[in-house]
Amino acid sequence: MAKNRRERPHKAGAKTASITLTVNGRIYGLEVGGAPGAVDPAHTLAFTLRETLGLTGTKVSCDNGACGCCTVLMDDKAVLSCMTLTVECDGKRVTTIEGLRDAETGRLDPLQQAFIDETAFQCGFCTPGIIMSAKALLNENPRPSQEEVKEALAGNFCRCISHYQVIDAVMAASTVKEEVAK
Amino acid sequence: MTAAYRFIGKVMPRKDALDIVSGTSRYVSDIKLPDMLHCKVLRSPHPHARIVRVDKSGAEALEGVAAVLTWQDVPDWKGGTPRHTRVLDEKVRFVGDAVALVAATTEQIAEEALDLIKVEYELMPAVFEMEDALRPGAPQIYDEYPGNVVTPGMPFFGPKNLKDVVMGDVESGFAQADVVTEGTFGYENMPNPLPPEPPGVIALWEEPNKLTLWVSNQASYMDTVTLFHVMERQVEVRSIGGPCGGSFGSKFMSWQMQCHAALLSRATGKPVKFIFTKEEHLAAFVLRPSSRMNARVGMKKDGTITAVAGRWLIDTGYYSMTTQSQVAVGCGEVQIMVRCPNWDLRPVIVCTNRNASGIVRGFGGQELKCILIPLLSLAMEKLDIDPFLFLKKNFVKPGDGYFWRDGIWYTYRGVDYGPAMDKGAALFGWEEKWKGWLKPSSTAGAKKRGVGVGVHGNADIGEDASEAYVRIHPSGKAVLFSCVTEHGTGQRTNFAKMVAEVLQIPLDNVSVAPSDSLTNPYEFGPAGSRGTYAIGSAVIRAAEDARKKLFEVLVPRLGGDVEDLDTMDGLVFSKSSPEKKVPWKAIGPDRTVTGYGRFEPDYTLTNCMMTFLEVEVDTETGQVTLLRVVNATDAGCVIDPQGLRGQLNGCLGSAGIDSALFEETVLDRTTGHILTGNMIDYKWRVFPDLPEIENVVLETPFPSHRFGAVGVGEVATSPGPSAILMAVSNAIGTRLYEYPVTPDRVLRALGKGGAR
Repeated sequence: MAKNRRERPHKAGAKTASITLTVNGRIYGLEVGGAPGAVDPAHTLAFTLRETLGLTGTKVSCDNGACGCCTVLMDDKAVLSCMTLTVECDGKRVTTIEGLRDAETGRLDPLQQAFIDETAFQCGFCTPGIIMSAKALLNENPRPSQEEVKEALAGNFCRCISHYQVIDAVMAASTVKEEVAK
Repeated sequence: MTAAYRFIGKVMPRKDALDIVSGTSRYVSDIKLPDMLHCKVLRSPHPHARIVRVDKSGAEALEGVAAVLTWQDVPDWKGGTPRHTRVLDEKVRFVGDAVALVAATTEQIAEEALDLIKVEYELMPAVFEMEDALRPGAPQIYDEYPGNVVTPGMPFFGPKNLKDVVMGDVESGFAQADVVTEGTFGYENMPNPLPPEPPGVIALWEEPNKLTLWVSNQASYMDTVTLFHVMERQVEVRSIGGPCGGSFGSKFMSWQMQCHAALLSRATGKPVKFIFTKEEHLAAFVLRPSSRMNARVGMKKDGTITAVAGRWLIDTGYYSMTTQSQVAVGCGEVQIMVRCPNWDLRPVIVCTNRNASGIVRGFGGQELKCILIPLLSLAMEKLDIDPFLFLKKNFVKPGDGYFWRDGIWYTYRGVDYGPAMDKGAALFGWEEKWKGWLKPSSTAGAKKRGVGVGVHGNADIGEDASEAYVRIHPSGKAVLFSCVTEHGTGQRTNFAKMVAEVLQIPLDNVSVAPSDSLTNPYEFGPAGSRGTYAIGSAVIRAAEDARKKLFEVLVPRLGGDVEDLDTMDGLVFSKSSPEKKVPWKAIGPDRTVTGYGRFEPDYTLTNCMMTFLEVEVDTETGQVTLLRVVNATDAGCVIDPQGLRGQLNGCLGSAGIDSALFEETVLDRTTGHILTGNMIDYKWRVFPDLPEIENVVLETPFPSHRFGAVGVGEVATSPGPSAILMAVSNAIGTRLYEYPVTPDRVLRALGKGGAR
């Protein structure tokens, strides 16, 4: 056991002393190491988003890859940020719940609006993760069936049982998309 | 009914909706204070041991560590009922009990410091079964609880607080019965309510005796009451609540972790944040009490119950803070469900060396119903009585009564729930599906379907006191001061709706002050289903009082009587001469008007939930699938249709129906370790496995408050589990006696399982 955590050896000869991460359209250059504000090799993406970048919209519940609360988009695909090491995200494009609004107009994503309209949440703690999982689904499949929505959200825990209203909201958002496209 | 209202009963966005869907809701784990330290707790690997020696020098020497505290470093703060559980003790009583507290500049350093603390334990024999704990010579968990029986009674409920249900003469009751049955059922799987947000707190101590807490719970005001007593009545506590990521009762109290963070803040002079890991949440935070009963039931052919006699054993784990309350409320609730003149139901609360039980949605009543309804079913089966008709006949009717938690008899003055139950039965198709006891409703090869029904009602809808202020501003806006946190029910918005309705101003013009115990009046909190009636009444009265005071200020401007004035959209006008009107701003820019409202406890109303459900059992694999649920209730008046739908659909999770299907906390009863301390091993329902749910909600006005509504959210979880046991027993043609109905239990009941 290292007495001083800062003495813990980093990967010898690791040539990348910093990484670049694009989060919600903003580019962050982050130093790798033990200094305050830097990315320790042990830091998860969830930790970096929340503690280093202050983006606390991403929630940590189980911190073990089971509940989906920490879901974010990486290059448009849903990933569990608590199971992703930040040092492995160099060059990646990450979208969190804070980045779903239209950056120019501030307008809510139709999915967010549908969650409000259907009250598709109760305590709201699992909601950011559920919205991001649903967003990844709609990116790939803009007109999913109910069964496809359920399958896409199979990894998201919700204890209040807002599932039924979530399904309604995702279905409603997929319809909105179609109308906008017309 | 609701057509007359502008806001009540209307679908409107929750006030916190935008924050929730944009990730800007600030839960306690999202708060950072300057110089904040992080707390980690070293926990016992042994279920029962004395701490002989602790060497904390290694941890203290680690860079970044600010304090390490053991039982020798802390004051004699104690919780529990009575207060025997020290905040840190020389003895550990379950695997996970706190041994040492660490504060460090980061969580990672605090975690590393735990490994550097050396503890020498003197191991003691442990006990994990209620019957074992009650045997002479069993290991004693507290000197204060001889025989491991927890002192009965909850002094907070008054001098006659309910400890049992004993009345009439059970022997003559049994003599009058057409059948007398006896059996034993247990609801002992200790489901965890498991909100997604782990329990957490930030504490800031200021010398000599001020403590400020940022909390995640249902009732921030109550922290000040609880901690005042725990901290030897010497500390001034302020508790600031915020959004709570689910509680289901469990976070109503978090006194231990709050004390741990407070002690570290006191030791370091800095704010200390303490967020449980999910493993701590599952293995060191509160579980549902375990419950088992052997009882005799006497019943007549027409479904009249003549006597109930039994011993109700409740395992509270290593200590009890609220289990006596749960027993008291449970004892009151059985009388709401069962009309019976002769009772001898004696609860015994037992301490064992496992993690503690605490508050969970259903609060005593669910635990008792899960074993009492099956016990009643044994008699119903002998007499071939339809359980739906039986439960409907026996549920409290206007004019019936019950002893409530304070030991006082109350006469029910609410509505008859019969019509709601009938409507639920019709929607479910009960009459067609009910084929008799232990008979499937349909069979397709190895797959057999069965139906079950359960009921629950709680007079807690008018429990405890509430106070609120409503402050009117000349701008035409109003602020509600009610120490209510938003834990998922949407009640903060609903109370704002009530204010908007009384004052007739747009909902956007009503804001709700933060749930800070310093600035708000007394509030017990939205516990049980008390929000709508109890808290709502205080809010309505505060708004009405503010309205009256506003008119008193403005009546000289308008002439006539205060009684002739009314208000709409920020204008006050004369009802007899509507052309006489002034805006609220006429009170002057240098004035606000504050109304006060209080609710006194009222135990003469109860809510009700009846749940019908159908399961399919694969008799080859033992797998049980829940197909359909119908919940039926009467809410008096719906305030928030979307929120109510969410609360009723909540019947599945948070230790509800799923606690009968697959949820369980698995305790290794040789080592005391919980084996399901993560969300992969602890089972929960996923999106693809949703059953069909339909909710029947009648709106028969209650004599509650001006909107005629009663709360019903909490009880959604409670009737379902016993209905599952009934449905599966009917499907497979043989009785099950334990929860959950896992495939191995089903196969064993079918005679197909291996030996165990």
